[in-house]
Amino acid sequence: MTDTETATGRPRPPTTQPRRASFGPVLRAEWTKFRTVRAWLVGLFVAALLSVLFTFLVANGRHEGSCTGPPPPGSGPNSPGSNCHAGHPFVPTGPDGEPVADSYYFLNQPLTGNATITAEVTSLTGVISTEPANVAPSQTSTRRGLAAWAKAGILVTPSTNQGSAYAAVMATGSHGVRWQYDYTHDSPGLPGLMTDTSPRWLRLTRTGDTLTGYDSTNGITWTQIGTTRLAGLPTTVSVGLFVASPVSFQDSNNGSPTLATATFDRVSIGSRGGAGAVDAWHGQSIGNGSKSFYPTLGTGGYHRSGSAFVLSGSGDIAPGVGEGLLGADTAASSLPLGLIAGLLVMVVVSTTFITTEYRRDLIRTTFTATPNRATVLAAKAVVIGVAAFVIAAISAAVAIPLSEHILKANGDYVFPASALTEIRIMAGCAGLVAVTAVAVLALGAILRRGAGAVTVGIVVFVLPYTLKQVLAGSADEWLFRLTPAAGLDVLGALPRSAHVAYPYTLGNGYYPLTPWAGIAVLCAWVAIALGVAALVLRRRDA
Amino acid sequence: MTDALHAEWTKLRTLTTTWWLLIATVALTLAVSVAMAAATHLTAGGGGQDPTRLSLTGIYLGQAVIVVLAVLAVSEEYSTGMIRATLSATPRRLVLLAAKAANLAGLTLVAGVLGVAGCLVVGRIMLPTDGLNPAHGYQLVSISHGPTLRAAAGSVAYLILIALLSLGVATAIRDTAVSIGAILGLLYLAPVLAEALTNPLRRHLEQIAPMPAGLAIQATTNLRSQPIAPWPGLGVLTAWALASLLIGGLLLRLRDA
Repeated sequence: MTDTETATGRPRPPTTQPRRASFGPVLRAEWTKFRTVRAWLVGLFVAALLSVLFTFLVANGRHEGSCTGPPPPGSGPNSPGSNCHAGHPFVPTGPDGEPVADSYYFLNQPLTGNATITAEVTSLTGVISTEPANVAPSQTSTRRGLAAWAKAGILVTPSTNQGSAYAAVMATGSHGVRWQYDYTHDSPGLPGLMTDTSPRWLRLTRTGDTLTGYDSTNGITWTQIGTTRLAGLPTTVSVGLFVASPVSFQDSNNGSPTLATATFDRVSIGSRGGAGAVDAWHGQSIGNGSKSFYPTLGTGGYHRSGSAFVLSGSGDIAPGVGEGLLGADTAASSLPLGLIAGLLVMVVVSTTFITTEYRRDLIRTTFTATPNRATVLAAKAVVIGVAAFVIAAISAAVAIPLSEHILKANGDYVFPASALTEIRIMAGCAGLVAVTAVAVLALGAILRRGAGAVTVGIVVFVLPYTLKQVLAGSADEWLFRLTPAAGLDVLGALPRSAHVAYPYTLGNGYYPLTPWAGIAVLCAWVAIALGVAALVLRRRDA
Repeated sequence: MTDALHAEWTKLRTLTTTWWLLIATVALTLAVSVAMAAATHLTAGGGGQDPTRLSLTGIYLGQAVIVVLAVLAVSEEYSTGMIRATLSATPRRLVLLAAKAANLAGLTLVAGVLGVAGCLVVGRIMLPTDGLNPAHGYQLVSISHGPTLRAAAGSVAYLILIALLSLGVATAIRDTAVSIGAILGLLYLAPVLAEALTNPLRRHLEQIAPMPAGLAIQATTNLRSQPIAPWPGLGVLTAWALASLLIGGLLLRLRDA
């Protein structure tokens, strides 16, 4: 019985330290064990296959298109019409290659050389569509209400094509005066709401290719709120007054288009003074047809009221987030299900990598060969972690371009992702699977029995991902903040914008944490599991 | 058959794991239902809730423990080599499987009745305070209400069928970890996959996958909008359980232990 006693490794007195086994041979031993068990290799293969297959199924199930004909006779009320073709509405691309919303009403005239444009915004009001999302918005069914980011102001742009560069100074619904250019840049001016007694004076100057915005409450004392150089600005640009009013998400998660109306008084351009000659003004509705993705309430328009211009407009000039008809498809949006399926198989492979040793009593031999148990655990963790990382990286490298290709072929709009983002998603998936595999290995070491370890592993590390549809309210947001499911936050690839009011919720495809914070939460869980496993292994007989 | 039943009963009864798992089934089922009831709030205009189904949400997690119990009943015999002794004592393998199934069904019945009854009590007490009360047009959860009785009895039957399905799969696979992984994958992945699919395919998947079809028995309102009616849904799960027992039994008969 003596050799069994040594093998079970009774706690030794602290004076006799076990001979420190070097890590290399232990690692090699564990790697040999792993690669010579065919079931585990088959398991890895199945994990990769399932994850790619499920990603394919998900991507393949999403279609975007429009139908021009009536539904075929005898079909249900919800059936699509006939004469359908795949394709999404036009999405403009901003100067930096990002998707943008660029729909507004623009009363403009060409202007050559340096100039100063001044206007006093004396009122800004709005209406919100009250039609349900599946009914086309109409001017007649609306309620009074001004979107927080309704915009009225002065805009300079080299071209009225959607997505072109611009700079603008504007009064907004409830965010005060803002200076914005090229969709993503924003700086605040005068805060507070505009009232009849406190109008907002706006001024935009052009000097070469430098544009500067000012605001004032009285038209006498001016404060600069922002400046920018729009490189390559042509000599002749379009300048003018604009009004835009974005989709409001106050009433429903689907959003309701809105329309804003603003009164501009004392409009002056350059040194000419006074209002520009009326013939020179040209009213234009930008990005406001059925072909544009951004939902609008009418096309807007303008009329003169005494010396003032009254403009109404609908739409937004801002980064395109998941609103409107864009959907939420990204390079990563089809991945979660495949990831969960692969993870499930990985959990089984990873737990059995250690529980089988207990079942077959091989663990005694292992601990006899390497008495330092933490070393064995570390070697096993490295082997299973690296194997999981590699297999998940390969699966993701196949699944991401495949799903993007299928989505695009099905006519879906896919948010553009930089190569760096795609690599981040790929590495994130691989890291997520590797880290989970290590955690489940630790669970196997703690529980020693396959049944318990696999069940706890699946319930703790896989089930939270699937609970999304069961949970109500904001509970699912917490799920993706606190539980191991936070790891899925690495898949977040939808753009957010501080100056677009949009429900950035999980239901709309926005994960609550930043990618690396999500992985950090998962790593914390893994650290706990590994710590407990190391402790338990040292304290317990095998 | 009586001897086989008795032998299997002794084996199951004398394992402390069995009792812990049964307690865990009831506890987890109740815990999830309580958490669900606590997280529910009646939103303005968000009608169409099904109080009975909400109360019975715990089955979603409770079934995982039943899966473990059923898998262990056969796979542990293989991992310890006990199966050879068992088969020497009861050479008629189908009788053995039937005895195992009967015992498991009995134990699951007890845990299921306790869990489901607890869930209904939770729903009766907690949901009215969330706004799901007669004042908002919701009936109180009550066993005297026909559809609720169907949902309650059906949920117990659901758990029993899940146990039988697991027993069949485990008999075929013989390995604990792989069996549990395969069954939990079959149960939990199908609804998530359905969620991601578009309609003709999604509806079909929800009609044939064991968990969505089986849990259709919990619906008490809006029956027409369900992908599958309650009893046919449970019928689909029964078909799954029978098929798995059949395959398991066949393999048990044909293979050496």
